[in-house]
Amino acid sequence: MKATVIVTLKPTVLDPQGMTITRGVQPMGYSEVRDIRQGKYFQVELDAETSPERRQALVERLAKEVLTNPVIEEYRIVWDRS
Amino acid sequence: MKFGVVIFPGSNCDRDCYYAIEAVIGKPVSFIWHEDRSLEGFDAVILPGGFSYGDYLRTGALAKFSPVMQALGEFAAKGGLVIGICNGFQILTESGLLPGALLRNVSRKYICKFLHIRVENAATPFTNRLRVGQTLHIPIGHGDGNFFADAETLKRLEGNGQVAFRYSDAAGQVTPEANPNGSIGNIAGIVNAAGNVLGMMPHPDRSSEELLGSVDGKMIFESMVNALSGARA
Repeated sequence: MKATVIVTLKPTVLDPQGMTITRGVQPMGYSEVRDIRQGKYFQVELDAETSPERRQALVERLAKEVLTNPVIEEYRIVWDRS
Repeated sequence: MKFGVVIFPGSNCDRDCYYAIEAVIGKPVSFIWHEDRSLEGFDAVILPGGFSYGDYLRTGALAKFSPVMQALGEFAAKGGLVIGICNGFQILTESGLLPGALLRNVSRKYICKFLHIRVENAATPFTNRLRVGQTLHIPIGHGDGNFFADAETLKRLEGNGQVAFRYSDAAGQVTPEANPNGSIGNIAGIVNAAGNVLGMMPHPDRSSEELLGSVDGKMIFESMVNALSGARA
């Protein structure tokens, strides 16, 4: 079972890298691009035997305690159902 | 009185800190391995600069899982002095011993240079040899030193006098031009609510000897010695 954890800066936190990309592409034929925010994602693979309830809780905890810094970031979990 | 300097995989200012305490300040000091689980016998612990765990995930993020950090939390809760310098500051915010976070510099560049910081609170165990408004000539060397805290946390920090240092010009004026990395409120260093944990991006370890271009940083270590001597008297 796989989960993807997408981590982004909170909307209120300045993203200098995203800003630079935005300003870089706008004059290069992407004038309609209003804003780009950079983030990261993690592919998490779990033991096949892990129960669905435990799975959810485990990845939530991993995202909260390790993969994000709650002061500046937020996350979203996408489960691979295949 | 005994100082300890923690070595994480990727620390690179550990010897600078050790040297500053041993040779410049003249106090007993020893290294603490990141896998150590006890801080018995230490009065002050330094988290040095560097790139612990290669800055993987986020700066300072993986160091919080080192066994020594559990002991450090207990050490700090009991009132032991903890100073985190540069990557040490990042580790302290990631582990929750200090509020806020350190983001990528607004310029996105790694900045290594001497600058000035203004003393904002001279009543901490790290600043008792200094006076409010005094400026220190001190170097920075970081890519992620942009201090951030949400509005509520910032209000609390300011209200409690937890801001220890701000980036300023040589005359002590806190201006946008003097802010090297975009830190909110020009904040260069903060203490926890109890006052016994300090995090700062500038390097007192790299400004404790004339040979290095400044001795201003030495006064921070001397303040700690002062505080510890007082506690023992």
